Amino acid sequence: MVTLKLAYKNIIGAGLRTWLNVVVLSFSFVLIIWTQGLYKGMNQQASRAMKEMELGGGQFWHPEYDPYDPLTLEDSHGPIPEELQVLIDKGEAVPILITSATIYPDGRFQTVQLKGILPEQSILGLPTGSLRNGQELPVLIGTRMAKSANLDIGDYFTIRWRDARGVFDAIDGKVVNIFRTTVGAVDRGQIWVPIDRLREMLGMPGEGTIVVIGKDTVVPEKAGDWVFRNLDYLLREIAEVIRTKKVGASIMYALLLSMALLAIFDTQVLSLFRRRKEMGTLMALGMTRGMLIRIFTLEGAFHGILAVLVGAVYGVPLLIWFEKNGWPLPDYADDFGMALGNTLYPIYGAWLVIGTTLLILLAVTIVSFLPTRRIAKLKPTDALRGKIS
Amino acid sequence: MDKAAIITVENVYKSFPMGTGEFTALKEVNLTFGEGEFTGIVGPSGSGKTTLLNIIGSLDVPTKGKAIVMGRNINDLTQKEAADLRNRYLGFIFQTYNLLPVYNVYENVELPLLLLGMPSKERDTAIRQALDWVGLSDKIESRPAQLSGGECQRVAIARAMVKKPKIVLADEPTANLDAKNSHHILRTMEALNRELGTTFIFATHDEKVIRYLRRKVSLEDGKVVADQSMKTQ
Ligand SMILES: Nc1ncnc2c1ncn2[C@@H]1O[C@H](COP(=O)(O)OP(=O)(O)O)[C@@H](O)[C@H]1O
Ligand SMILES: [Mg+2]
Repeated sequence: MVTLKLAYKNIIGAGLRTWLNVVVLSFSFVLIIWTQGLYKGMNQQASRAMKEMELGGGQFWHPEYDPYDPLTLEDSHGPIPEELQVLIDKGEAVPILITSATIYPDGRFQTVQLKGILPEQSILGLPTGSLRNGQELPVLIGTRMAKSANLDIGDYFTIRWRDARGVFDAIDGKVVNIFRTTVGAVDRGQIWVPIDRLREMLGMPGEGTIVVIGKDTVVPEKAGDWVFRNLDYLLREIAEVIRTKKVGASIMYALLLSMALLAIFDTQVLSLFRRRKEMGTLMALGMTRGMLIRIFTLEGAFHGILAVLVGAVYGVPLLIWFEKNGWPLPDYADDFGMALGNTLYPIYGAWLVIGTTLLILLAVTIVSFLPTRRIAKLKPTDALRGKIS
Repeated sequence: MDKAAIITVENVYKSFPMGTGEFTALKEVNLTFGEGEFTGIVGPSGSGKTTLLNIIGSLDVPTKGKAIVMGRNINDLTQKEAADLRNRYLGFIFQTYNLLPVYNVYENVELPLLLLGMPSKERDTAIRQALDWVGLSDKIESRPAQLSGGECQRVAIARAMVKKPKIVLADEPTANLDAKNSHHILRTMEALNRELGTTFIFATHDEKVIRYLRRKVSLEDGKVVADQSMKTQ
C-alpha cells in the first residue's frame, strides 16, 4: 500500500520529535501494563492465601454470626446442620467454634478470639495436627500473635472465658506450635484449640459457629438455617480495596497517557501546518484528499506502533524479571491487612497486554485522525501557495 | 497548431474574492493547445499565468467558461476524477521544485508511479530511464537537501516525466536557477518534447526560456494580448 509506505518514510524522516513522542507514549504504555499486572497479582496472591488459610471454598455461617460485631459471638453458635456434618465426616469440610476470651500472658491481659477447630482437618493450611496431644490444653498461634503476647513454643498462659451459662472459668493453655502466614486474619488476636476441648469448656457439645467447605467440595444447597457465604462475598473487601487502588492508579496513567496523546495531537497539527506545500504537491501528482488523510493519520498511528515496539524492548525484560523475582514489599505492608507477605508477584496476562496495546493504538489513531479532517476542505491551489483554510 | 487539440480553454474567467469585492485574474481567455507543443504563457508577474496553468492542471476551476483537458471538462470533475486526470496525463514542474525532503532522488521520482500502481520492476526501469534523461543517474541515493538548485529541478523534471504524461505544466521552472542551469534544463525538456511528443506549457517571464519556445501566448492583466508562433534558433 502506497500510503503505508509513505507514512512510514515520513515518520522515520521526522527524527527527534517522533522519538520523543514515542518514548513518552511507551512509558505510559509500560506503566499501564505494569500497574495492572501488579494489582492483578495482588488480587490473586491475597485471594489464594486467604482461600488456603481461612476461606476454603466458601463458608456456612450460623445465622447469628457477624464477624464485624464481636458482641453477637455469644449467641452465634449452634448444632451443626446434618448436611454439613456429613461433609465433615467425609473430611470435605471443617467446623470452627468461635468465642471471645481473655488471656493473661506475663500477667498482662489481652482480649482474643478463641477458636476451636478439628485437629485432623486438611481443608485449611493451618498446622492443626499439632493440636492432637496431651493432658493440657494445646494451643496453636501465629507469629504475629506470638509476638504481641510475647509467647514461645512450650510457654503456658492463662485463658479465661464464659461458658454457655455465662459462668466464668479459666484454664492454662500450652503453646504447642507457632505458624507463619501472610493472612493476618487467622493470626492476629486468634488462639486455636481443638474443637472438642472447646465444646467441653463452653458446654456446647456438637456445636459450631462456621463450617469451612473444601475448595473442590460440591456445596450443599441447604444446611438448616445456616447461611452460605461464597468466595465472592468473602473476598469482596479485597476486591474493593484493589478497585479503589486501581482508580487511583488509572488517574495517574490517564494523566501520563493524555500528555503523550496531546503531544501527538500537537505534532499532527504542526505537521499539517508546515507541510501544506507538500500536500499541494502530492495532490498535483494525483493524490486524492482521502489518501492524504490516510497518510497523515497513519503517520500519527505509527507513533503508537513504534511506542509498542520501543516499550517492548525495555518493558518485556522488565516485566518478566518482576514476574519472576517479585516486587519486595516493606514490613509495614502487612498492616494494610492484605495477605501479601513480603514479596508481591505481578501477573501479566496475554489479554492485559493485548488489550492495553489495542487501546493505546486506538487512542493514538483517533488523536492522529482528528486534525486531518481539515484536509477535506483543502484546495490544492491554496496548499501549493502554502495557505491552509 | 501542430496536431489534434488536447487542451481547449473557452471564454474562461477566474475571479478571487478580495476584501469586500472580488479580483478578476483571468478575463475572456480562449486558447487551444495541440499535442507536442512547446509553448510559453508569457507575461509580467500577476498577469494570471499561474491561475491559467492551475485551471489547465485541474487544480482549480474557472469561475466562468470552460476548460477541456484530454476530453474532460474540468468544471464537471469530482475531486477524485481530477486527481485521476492529473495522475494519468499531467506532470507538474514548480518554481520551487517541491521535492519531498524525506525521500531520496529515486523515491521522489518513484512517487507518481506508485500512485499509478505500476509494478515494481517496470517502476525501476522507468525511474532509471527518467534519471538518465536528466543526467542524475549517479545521484539516486541523494536527498534533496544534498543537491544544488539545478539538480533539484532536474529531479522535478524526472518526476514529471517518469510516467510519460501527455502534458507537462511548468510554472516558472527557471526562476530560481542561474543561466547555465536554466539552459541545461530547457535543452533537456526540448529533447524530451521531441523524443516523446510530450506537450510542454510554461508559465514564464524569463527571456532565456522565451528563446526556446515555439509558441508564445502573451498575457496581460488576465487577458490574452498576443499568440505568436516563434522561430527557434
Ligand atoms: N487564490 C487566490 N486568491 C486571491 N487572489 C489570487 C489567488 N491566486 C491568484 N490571485 C491573484 O491573481 C492575480 C494573478 O495571479 P497569478 O496567476 O499567480 O499571476 P502570475 O502567475 O502571472 O504571477 C494576482 O494578482 C494574484 O494576487
Ligand atoms: Mg505565477
